Amino acid sequence: MAERKIVVPGETIITGEDYLPGNGTKREDEDIVANKFGLVDISDRLVKVIPLSGRYIPRRGNTIIGQVVDYNMKGWMIDFGNTNKGFLQVSEVPWYINKNELLDHFDFGDVLVAKVDSVTARGIDLTIKVKGCGKVEQGILININPNKVPRVIGKEGSMVTTVKEMTNCNITVGQNGVIWLKGDEIDDELKAKKIIEFISENSYVDGLTEKVKEFAESLGKSKSKKTKKTEDESVEDKE
Amino acid sequence: MEVPNVQKQRIIEYLKEGKRFDGREPQDYRDIKVELGISKSSEASCSVKFGKTEVYAGVKMALVTPYPDSPDEGTMMVSAELSPMASEDFELGPPKINSIELARIVDRGIRESKLIDVKKLCVKEGEKVWSVFVDIIAINDDGNLLDVAGLAALIAIGHAKLPVYDEKEDKIEHELSKDSLPIDKEAASFNITLHKIGDQIIVDPNLEEEEISDYRISLAVASKKGKPMITSIQKGKEGTISSEDMEKILNTLEEVWNKQFDNILKLVFEK
Amino acid sequence: MVEKSSYTKREDGRKMDETRPLRAKVGIVPSADGSAMFETGTTRAIAAVRGPRILHPQHMQDPRRGLLRVTYGMMPFSVWERIRPGPSRRSQEISKVIEWALSSIVDLSEFRNSVVDVFIQIPQADAGTRVAGINAAVMALAHAGIPMKEMISAVAVGKIDKTLVVDVDKEEEDYKEGEGSTDIPMCILSRSKEIALLQLDGKISPDDLKKVIEMGKKACEKIHEVQVKALKEIKE
Repeated sequence: MAERKIVVPGETIITGEDYLPGNGTKREDEDIVANKFGLVDISDRLVKVIPLSGRYIPRRGNTIIGQVVDYNMKGWMIDFGNTNKGFLQVSEVPWYINKNELLDHFDFGDVLVAKVDSVTARGIDLTIKVKGCGKVEQGILININPNKVPRVIGKEGSMVTTVKEMTNCNITVGQNGVIWLKGDEIDDELKAKKIIEFISENSYVDGLTEKVKEFAESLGKSKSKKTKKTEDESVEDKE
Repeated sequence: MEVPNVQKQRIIEYLKEGKRFDGREPQDYRDIKVELGISKSSEASCSVKFGKTEVYAGVKMALVTPYPDSPDEGTMMVSAELSPMASEDFELGPPKINSIELARIVDRGIRESKLIDVKKLCVKEGEKVWSVFVDIIAINDDGNLLDVAGLAALIAIGHAKLPVYDEKEDKIEHELSKDSLPIDKEAASFNITLHKIGDQIIVDPNLEEEEISDYRISLAVASKKGKPMITSIQKGKEGTISSEDMEKILNTLEEVWNKQFDNILKLVFEK
Repeated sequence: MVEKSSYTKREDGRKMDETRPLRAKVGIVPSADGSAMFETGTTRAIAAVRGPRILHPQHMQDPRRGLLRVTYGMMPFSVWERIRPGPSRRSQEISKVIEWALSSIVDLSEFRNSVVDVFIQIPQADAGTRVAGINAAVMALAHAGIPMKEMISAVAVGKIDKTLVVDVDKEEEDYKEGEGSTDIPMCILSRSKEIALLQLDGKISPDDLKKVIEMGKKACEKIHEVQVKALKEIKE
C-alpha cells in the first residue's frame, strides 16, 4: 500500500530493524531516514522516497525525446534537456546511413524519440533500433517535471491511454519530461497538453483519474469512452 | 533544449488562425501582477509579473555633482541584472550584452519621454543635484523580460519619494519625505515590444515565442492629446522589416496602446 | 560585582531569546529546479537552485563528484545606502561560508563533472542576511531534489552590551553603548545539531559564547519547523 506522506531530508520515516532502506533513504541505527525531499513509498519492507522534483537523471532503458544539436562522421549529438547530451551512433539506426549524408537523415533541430542504451563515464549512448523510436515529424512537444512522468503514464499505461482516448492524439512520453503529442487538429493537441499539465500539477491527489476525466470534460466536447477505473493510484516506479 | 523545428511549425500554423498555444490572441497580454514595497529601504520598489515572468525594480537616490553641460539638471541611471537565478541561459559574471541592452532600452524610453523633471532635481546649480538610480533584477524569465522590466522601472519611478535631506548638515536621512520624485505624469511612456512570428505580429511573447521570432521591435509610447506618441524604438534580432510589416506594426501598436494605456497608467501612479 | 547591561528592552518588544516573525515559501522561481523565500522580520532572502548541470569551464570539473557553487548578492535597493551592482569582497566571503555550510549536508557523489548552483539574493535587508540566505538556500536545495543527509537552519545570535540575544536586527547591530554589539551568525544541522557555520565580530567571553550558542540552537529548532512546513505545503 502506498503512503502519501511528504518527507524532508533528515526526517525519520519509520523505525524498525525489519525495514530496508531504498532509494532516497538511509538507515541510521533503528531509523530509516529520508535523504531526499519527496513522497514516502513503503511496499513490503522496502522504504523509498519518490522525488517530487529535481532534474532528470538518465538511466539505461529510458525512452527520451531530444533534439539534434551536432554531428560528426560517426553519428549525432542529441540534447535532451538540462545539459544532458547523448550520442546516437550511425550503427544504432535501423537503416543504412551514408557517412557523408548524415544530415539528410537527421538534421539540426530535428527531434528524435530514442532509448538510452548505456550511461558511462564517457557519456550517454542512444539507440533508435527499438520499436517506437524515430524522428518526430509533426505535432507539438511539451515539457513537464520529469518526476511526474510515472503519473502521466499511469499503472501499465492506463493514464496516458485515457488521455489518448479523450483527445484522439498519439502520445509519446519521454522519461526526460518531454512529451510528443500528435493529433489531427492542433486544438486536440493543445487539449492533450492541458490535460497532461493538469495531471502533472495534481500528481498526488487522490482519485486523480476521475478528476482528470472531469477536467477533460470541462475543456469541451470530448468523445470519452468509459475506461476501466484505476483503483490503486500508486505511483509507478520505473526503475 | 532550443525550440525544435517541429514546434516552430506548429506555432506558426496556429498563429495563422490567430491563436496562441496558451489560448491568447496575438494582442493579448498575460496576467499582470504588481506588488509594491519589496524593500522598505528604497525610495520605491516593486515586483512585476507578466504570467510567470517576474522582475524586481527599485529606486535609490543620491546627491552628485551634475554633468558640466547640464549644471542645473538631475541625472538618472538604469541598471539591469539578469541574474542566473532567472534562467538557464544567464551566466555568472559581469553584465553581458543582453542585460546591457535591456537597461539601455528601458533607460531610453524613460529619458526621452521626459517623465522625470530633472530641473526640479537641482539642489545647487553646478554643485549638487539628485541622481536617480533605477535598478532592475530579473527573477524568472518566461519571455518578454524587456516589457516587464520597463513597466517595473516605471512603477518604481511613479511611486518614488525623495529621502529626507538635511541641507545644513548635508546629510541624507534614512527615511522618506512626503515629497514625491518630481515627475510629469502626462509624459509617462511605456514599453511595448512586438515580435514577428510567421505572418503575425504578437505582443508579450512567452519563452518559446520569443526564441523563434524573426525580429522584435520595442517601442516606448507616451500619450499626446489622447493619441500615441513614440519616444524611442529599438529593433532587435536578425530578421528584417518589410514595409507591409511596418504598417502592421504601427497598427498593432495603436490597437495595443488604446487597449492597455489607461490600465498601465493606473498601475504606475496609483498607490 | 557584575555590572548590569544597558540593553534591557528590545525595540520591537521581543524577548531576548525570541526571533522576529518568520515566513517561508517554496517554489517562487518557477523555471529554477528548486527555489524558496525565507524572511525574518524585514530581512528577506530568496534562493534558487539550478543543477546538477555540466560545469564549464571543463578544467574546473571534478570527475569524482559534483561541486556546489553559491553566489550571494544583495540587491542595490535592499539597504539605505545603495549597493553598487556586482560582487564585493563581502559578498564573496559570505558566498564561501554559506557554501561550506551547505556542503556539510549535501551529497553530490552521483553528479560527476557537474555543478549545483545556488543563487541567493537579498531584496530587503535588516541584518541577518546571510543566515536568512542559508535558510532559503537549504529549502531550495531540498525542493530541487538534491540528496542531503539532513537540513540546516541558521540564525544570528549576539550580545548587545551585556545582554545575550537571538536574531540580531539592524538597530541592535548598530548599538554603541557599553560593550556595543557582538554579532554571531551560526548554523546548525537538524539531526546531529552540529555547527556548520560560525562567525563573530565584537567581544564575548567563552562562557557567554557557550550560552548564546545554546540559545541559538533552540532558535534553530523553531526555524527548522518553519522550513519543514513550507516544504510540505508545496502545491505540486
